[in-house]
Amino acid sequence: MIRDITLGQFYPADSVIHKLDPRVKLAGTMVFIVSLFAFRAPEAYVVATLALAAVIRLSKVPLKFMLKGLKSILMILMITVVFNLFLIPGTPVLRIWKLTITQEGIETAVFMAIRLVYLIVGSSVMTLTTTPNSLTDGLEKALRPLKKIHVPVHEISMIMSIALRFIPILLEETDKIMKAQMARGADFDSGNIIQKAKNMVPLLVPLFISAFRRANDLAMAMEARGYHGGEGRTKMKPLIYAKRDKLAYLSMLCYLVVMFLASRSGLVERLLGL
Amino acid sequence: MSIKIEHLNYVYSEGTAFERHALRDVNLELPDGQFIGVIGHTGSGKSTLIQHLNGLLRGTSGAVYYNGRNIYEEGYPMRELRSKVGLVFQYPEHQLFEVDVFTDVCFGPKNLGLSPEEVERRAYEALRQVGLKEKHYKKSPFELSGGQKRRVAIAGILAMEPEVLVLDEPTAGLDPRGRDDILDQVAKLHAERHITVILVSHSMEDIARYVERIIVMNKGEVRYDGAPREVFQHYQELEQIGLAAPQVTYLMHDLAGQGWPVDTDATTVEEAADSIYAALAKKC
Repeated sequence: MIRDITLGQFYPADSVIHKLDPRVKLAGTMVFIVSLFAFRAPEAYVVATLALAAVIRLSKVPLKFMLKGLKSILMILMITVVFNLFLIPGTPVLRIWKLTITQEGIETAVFMAIRLVYLIVGSSVMTLTTTPNSLTDGLEKALRPLKKIHVPVHEISMIMSIALRFIPILLEETDKIMKAQMARGADFDSGNIIQKAKNMVPLLVPLFISAFRRANDLAMAMEARGYHGGEGRTKMKPLIYAKRDKLAYLSMLCYLVVMFLASRSGLVERLLGL
Repeated sequence: MSIKIEHLNYVYSEGTAFERHALRDVNLELPDGQFIGVIGHTGSGKSTLIQHLNGLLRGTSGAVYYNGRNIYEEGYPMRELRSKVGLVFQYPEHQLFEVDVFTDVCFGPKNLGLSPEEVERRAYEALRQVGLKEKHYKKSPFELSGGQKRRVAIAGILAMEPEVLVLDEPTAGLDPRGRDDILDQVAKLHAERHITVILVSHSMEDIARYVERIIVMNKGEVRYDGAPREVFQHYQELEQIGLAAPQVTYLMHDLAGQGWPVDTDATTVEEAADSIYAALAKKC
């Protein structure tokens, strides 16, 4: 049923990663992704793997949830691997009919696959450990300098958090109305496309009405509490960097340094050379 | 003809961090023609339970029999079941969508594939039974008051002429008068059509006056099941699970505690009054 779709896919747990400031997690994800693409040496991937494993371990989120996000990119992953495998020129290794697999092709395919997988898993760490609301809070604060050039940062983040908040509500509402109409003999599954579209009317009309009603109620409630936009508005839980956040920034820096040194060391080559 | 529930379990979002056991080993028999009240605190599983009666939810384990046939059987005619077990959801007015009241009520019977004449006959009959005035029939459902909208929505289910009528909190959000109107209407329906009526509520006061049997749900389990007077004897335990017996129960127990020979099993104000008169007559 619709209820099973977890949006924003936040996984509640009591961990250091969960408690970090959302800005730190945003920056961390960014650093991680950039580092994946900036360094090509195999040693760098060893470091990235260790770092990712450590963060996942710290987050206390089961690995199963981390890997769930991979399902959606499986197709892209396959296409990338196949194209890289066959289309990169270099020293041939294997020949199947007219297609040649080269050593360079294999290397690139493997690296690309690792990059993509880490990219998804890395950003899953962020979305799984941060509630959508604190994420938009973090974004608002991180983007605050843009206000100087008249970007309505507060309004954008308010719209985002309201939209995020409404998604589960509307999903639940859809589920409820669907059931109510099914109880009246409505059928949402059979028939051709036109028939199906027609069958959606009993679902969509009440859904729209309820969405407008909720939006109206919310606007009223916000005004009743004196909401007047971002100017001079304070927060109940202002984002302030704690010690652990500073430590996190420090570990990011360490990570980059280690990454840099490792990719220069040529350790893997020497090991393989032995 | 009856509904029978055997060892029914239902788990929401199984296998995720949000897993919740909504029903635990529920066993019930709901014979024909009974007027049953299902009562429980918010989240006790009462709404989940009734959605199993017409197959909208499928139990994680266990079985539901309608007229002796397991509804989880391969190829069971679900749509037919849904027309036989009419389910009126909470805030049913939120499901209205047609241009006018009458067409909206026709939606259910039309889905049953009846002839246009039969559809109209049933819609008229249903609207008459919920007591909506004829001048409203051609109005848009959104022009009506809350109580009227709810009647239209209930008529939408009645028009399918179900054998079992299930109402989930039919009085939620109505004023006292609207509440009494709807409940009286339902009681009349039960008397007129001789159908099984299952009334879900969290207010004992509402239920005590009408039903002949009360099922108390708590944390997904059936806690008590019996005639109102039997169930209300457990008024102290009921309080522990966030429910209360009708006010007269408390009054009668207090009076009995002070030595008045009153009937502590009285469940309605009328019964209580009679019993108090009798006690007074004895004492004087």
